[in-house]
Amino acid sequence: MRSRHSELIILGCITTAIFALMWVFNPNQFLRIGNLQNMAFQLPELGLLSLAMMVTMLTGGINLSIIATANLSGIVTALILTAMINPDAPPPGSGGIIILAICAGLLTAMLIGLLNGILVAVIDVSPILATLGMMILVNGLTIVITKGYVISGLPNAVRFIGNGVVLGIPMGTIIFALCAGIMALILNLTVLGFNIYMVGSNPTASNFAGVNNTAVLIKTYIISGLYAGIAAMIMISRFNSAKAGYGESYLLVTILASVLGGTSAAGGFGKVSGLVMSLIILQIASSGFNLLGVSAFLTIAFWGFIIILVMVVNFISAKVLERKAA
Amino acid sequence: MADLFLSMKSVSKRYTGVQALDRIDFEISKGEIHGLVGENGSGKSTLIKIISGVEQPDEGARIEIEGQAFKHYQSIDSILKGIEVIYQDLSLFPNLTVAENISLSQTIASRSRFISWRRVNDIAERAMARIGIQIPLDEMVNDLSIADQQLVAICRALTSDVKLLILDEPTTALTKKEVEALFTVIKDLQSKEITTLFVSHKLNEVLQIAERVTILRDGKKIGTFPSRDLTDERLTFLMTGEKVEYSPYEIEEPQGVPLLEVRRLSKRGNFKDINFKLFPGEILGITGLLGSGRTELAQALFGMNRAESGDILIQGRKITIRSVQEAMSQGIGYVPENRMVQGLVMQQSVANNIVITILHRLINKLKMIDRNKKKDCINSRIEELSIRTPATDAAVQTLSGGNQQRVVLAKWIGTDPKIFIMDGPTIGIDVAAKSSIHEIIRNLAIQGVGIIVISDEVSEVFHNCNRIMVMHKGRIIAEFNTSRTSEEEIQDYINMAS
Amino acid sequence: MKNLLKHHETYVLLVIIIFSAIITVINPRFLTLENFFDVVKSYSFIGILAVGVTFVLISGGIDISFTAVATVAQYVMAVMIIRYGGNIFTAFLLAAAVGISLGLINATLIYFFNIPTIITTIATLNIYYGILIVISGGKWIYALPGWFRAFADIRLFTLCTDEGIKYGLSIITSIWILVVIIAWVILRYTKLGRGIYAMGGSMNAARRAGFNIFRTQMFVYSFTGLMAGLAGLVQALLVQTVAPNSIVGKELDVIAAVVLGGASLAGGVGTLFGTILGVTLIAIMSNGMTLMRVSSFWYNVFIGLIIILSVAFSAYQRRTKAKRAIAVEVE
Repeated sequence: MRSRHSELIILGCITTAIFALMWVFNPNQFLRIGNLQNMAFQLPELGLLSLAMMVTMLTGGINLSIIATANLSGIVTALILTAMINPDAPPPGSGGIIILAICAGLLTAMLIGLLNGILVAVIDVSPILATLGMMILVNGLTIVITKGYVISGLPNAVRFIGNGVVLGIPMGTIIFALCAGIMALILNLTVLGFNIYMVGSNPTASNFAGVNNTAVLIKTYIISGLYAGIAAMIMISRFNSAKAGYGESYLLVTILASVLGGTSAAGGFGKVSGLVMSLIILQIASSGFNLLGVSAFLTIAFWGFIIILVMVVNFISAKVLERKAA
Repeated sequence: MADLFLSMKSVSKRYTGVQALDRIDFEISKGEIHGLVGENGSGKSTLIKIISGVEQPDEGARIEIEGQAFKHYQSIDSILKGIEVIYQDLSLFPNLTVAENISLSQTIASRSRFISWRRVNDIAERAMARIGIQIPLDEMVNDLSIADQQLVAICRALTSDVKLLILDEPTTALTKKEVEALFTVIKDLQSKEITTLFVSHKLNEVLQIAERVTILRDGKKIGTFPSRDLTDERLTFLMTGEKVEYSPYEIEEPQGVPLLEVRRLSKRGNFKDINFKLFPGEILGITGLLGSGRTELAQALFGMNRAESGDILIQGRKITIRSVQEAMSQGIGYVPENRMVQGLVMQQSVANNIVITILHRLINKLKMIDRNKKKDCINSRIEELSIRTPATDAAVQTLSGGNQQRVVLAKWIGTDPKIFIMDGPTIGIDVAAKSSIHEIIRNLAIQGVGIIVISDEVSEVFHNCNRIMVMHKGRIIAEFNTSRTSEEEIQDYINMAS
Repeated sequence: MKNLLKHHETYVLLVIIIFSAIITVINPRFLTLENFFDVVKSYSFIGILAVGVTFVLISGGIDISFTAVATVAQYVMAVMIIRYGGNIFTAFLLAAAVGISLGLINATLIYFFNIPTIITTIATLNIYYGILIVISGGKWIYALPGWFRAFADIRLFTLCTDEGIKYGLSIITSIWILVVIIAWVILRYTKLGRGIYAMGGSMNAARRAGFNIFRTQMFVYSFTGLMAGLAGLVQALLVQTVAPNSIVGKELDVIAAVVLGGASLAGGVGTLFGTILGVTLIAIMSNGMTLMRVSSFWYNVFIGLIIILSVAFSAYQRRTKAKRAIAVEVE
């Protein structure tokens, strides 16, 4: 139990340190409202994708197909929208079409999740291989459907999802906060959430205790797919387009964000709050570096350093405690 | 007195807060078969680790092997002196072949950086020839039976110039026949002047194979006795330090509709033509050796191993049980054999393990978990079964074996089972905790639960059940009413069958 | 026969033969030596990476960072030989040295701090790659020395088609072949190699048996680093340009090829023969689609399907085997 909290403490320290550093180096820029808003614009997609990754990691699995899922889901929605609505002259009743298109996109994402779930839970394929295959397959489908072209020209109403601001808060952030809240609710307060942790720790024992592992895993991968789909909606809205291969570099980052937030790579432990915290750190760090004029790639390297630092500190503190006990 | 192979004087070992060994004097003569017994936590494994040099004793210990005294005795010394330990998990490599596993120590010891496969096969063949067995050399160890894997481990020990072979709980996963075969091998090694230290908690086996037995209790040595001077009862007494008084469990002849009835239940390669009835308030014992089909039968009733033919009736109604969920909805609870893997989610909290079976009953109108209900439920279970835990959110793995098993019972008692199947309910639990678990089982039966206790300890079922069935090779071969039989009669029956 | 059916490799080989037959029927050019040498040459880069990945998977770990290692090794090598000159041997030494060093960093983190291998190597991937891009500014390098280009054109032997087009066994392909032979000898005939299998089969047992876990771990990750370094060099030889973003992103594809060949992510299982078959299958798919004039858009769809079917098939086999196992000898 102790080591789980210690990650949050380390993260808290790092956040404060980074904030202080940024403020010292660039006091005029860093804490301006506009800047904070700007930060919040990039967070949602990565955040939703990380939630999609984390929930599968809690069951002791992984979902390498989230980015591919998001792309296919975004492409389906964008195809329906561009086929049925001319963005310059939206036909009456286009609201219904938009909802239909979004539902179709999300359903696609959930369907891929279902397939992952069946492979993992019913056929008993190791999650990393099942979702790796699914990733390549779905990537292939996105290329086949788009033939490599960009699908652009979405109606204004859709663009609001990623770019709109309500009461000074970007719409994407609101969606992310809502989704993170729902995920926290599922994990902490529902039977499904409880079972996700149990299956993640020891599937044999949970099975012997009457938990329907198959159902739990399938639901988990469907949720994972759905969250990737929601991320897709924000993504296509922000770019005003959909295409194969968007956001592929996010994949490994979502694993980093989850682990940094205290999700155990072996499954069974991890909290939404930790993930949100780690996302905020990653985002602040990259925005800060951005303002300092440092390349985005140094940010990526920096993320790598942070995660190794956290793991090393954890390891050493566990060793020290062990020695104290002895 | 024959020459001493090993002599240890005043060996102590203290871990954080625990005196694992307390001034032990221990001797093994050359060429003898020596038994080492003791309950869990008595210090057996610590002693083995010190003999093999994996752990160093505290100040003041004196270790002599073949008359040679050691100052800082370490694992390299034990290897050079020809001491080989076969651990309970065998330490084999499932992904390598039989030949490679057997010759591994030689491969590592050899100076060459390269491997000669001919030499590997030679070594393996010679080792197998020494105890007169034949296992295909290029078979993967993964594909072998546990008994054959054990033989591979013994062969590996034989490849070096072994003088003392230490077997740590070697018979846990073996059938009676396989145990006999193993004993033949050990006797055969004795004729080749190889000393054996046989560590086990199965007293009858120790008495059968060992010439002398050393008993440990709470880190202290109780004594070393010639095994012909010992009986099961006396050994138990010496081991536990208490005489356990059993009062037999008797009930009135049950009448009416049975809780559970099984008719001609069969599954290929598992069990065949099983018929029995279980009435409320009964504790029905099922005993039999490993591989008799007892666990397979229990899991068939619990929906994990569906039978192919035959009927299961609950309160006179024919039902099918296709999954654990269906079994639970029929009011069946199951305590599995392997507590660490099947029984508990060890890393998770005591609280979570207690409510895992009944969480769906603890939700409010919004389908959310009602935290107060959950807390109440957890606290009342902990109190009811007097589970000793530092906190409800402590990981189960931090509890003692007895308390862990109570958590397993707690999660099933919470479901109000009508039928409670317990597979080895007291495996790996010390005597004091054992009797308190038996007490819990009795109280449940008195409240009208029908209980099936599966155990390979005849004395356990004899002293706690009103009826006992003996299983052998997938069939029920005998049934006894406890009040009209004796422990010996049942034991004889089992021995006769195998 | 029964023994053959136990091996994963048999099935992969069967699939390869079936595919080859189909492709040959549609376009006989597939089964020509010219095409063969061509494909083998262009896949030597993936092939060398796959050898490294096989080692890590057998040892029970995983390495994601090898693409970044290859990129860094390639870039450092290119910059150095352009700035200071040298010959093909210095190029090899440079690439190998960088690869081994970065691999050793991975091994150190994994061994001393007990960080899960997948997390460690995802992190180091980002670190190696991020730093390279920052320092290099992401610039492509075109001006490779003439001797570097000339080396790439060497053929160990040359044949000629009827139309007079020359082809043959490229020096690049022979690097791959040499690597495979050395790796095979290590895995099969050295104590170190058997230690890698033992460690992957059971880390605890390996420790108890007296294998030097530290040395084995260090070797595995530095060997993967070395392979990545060589692959980086080979890729530069193949395309004669060094682009920092051309390799990173392919890591999962290489792992997929190795897994297709039968290596298990659980460790302890896998052979170089299997890995070669896995790479071959992917190469044939890609090459065959071109020859059959199937749009390359479909390439990933097919590969994805093959991987899913293959892993599902192995899982299914494992389950039926467990189900068929007899628990009790019923009389």
